[in-house]
Amino acid sequence: MFRVTHKAIDLQELVDHVTDPEAGAIATFIGTTRNNNEGRKVIGLDYEAYPEMAEKELARIGEEACKKWPLCKMAIVHRLGPVQITEASVIIAVSSAHRDAAFAACRFAIEEIKKTVPIWKKELYEGGEVWIGTQTGQPLPGR
Amino acid sequence: MKVRVKFFAILRERVGAGEITKEIENGSTVAELWKALQQDYPKLNVPGIRLLYAVNQDYVSLDHALKEQDEIVFIPPVSGGS
Repeated sequence: MFRVTHKAIDLQELVDHVTDPEAGAIATFIGTTRNNNEGRKVIGLDYEAYPEMAEKELARIGEEACKKWPLCKMAIVHRLGPVQITEASVIIAVSSAHRDAAFAACRFAIEEIKKTVPIWKKELYEGGEVWIGTQTGQPLPGR
Repeated sequence: MKVRVKFFAILRERVGAGEITKEIENGSTVAELWKALQQDYPKLNVPGIRLLYAVNQDYVSLDHALKEQDEIVFIPPVSGGS
């Protein structure tokens, strides 16, 4: 399950998706919208994506993670459109036989999302709005 | 030949459109297309911006040669996650 959605993300749906009889661990990461950034009082965030490519890139992160760790299943869902403070903008769930791989793959996925998935965040703060991002990423090897 | 160019985020706002069709010479590269677009839309010149380039939803380099009906996206700094 690798997708973008305009609806609120359902954590349980991701957990159910990665649930596996061979898994001894499920790790999840929830990225939430916080009320401040670089000294600005943030009112909300607005996410935009190149949806077809974003889903393709999320799936590629999943494939890459499965090459690095012995995983059972992975799911990533990223929210689009306006996201209120405290709401989840992204949720990752990973299952594996053992916890080390699940934690590591979860961490890898969120770091990669920030580098190469075509999703953009506009920060709405008191007194203005700004597109966030500094392009730290290079596409994953082999592309 | 004709190609389709999609704009997102800051570039979409600066162009004032999410998608355009552009006529370019056969065999033009991504770099040549970008140069031509910058003439059509001077506001695409965002100082200091670092772009990535995608053709038909895969990352490519600036010297990638384009084909008829390709879908090109100039990807401004991404900022997914939280």
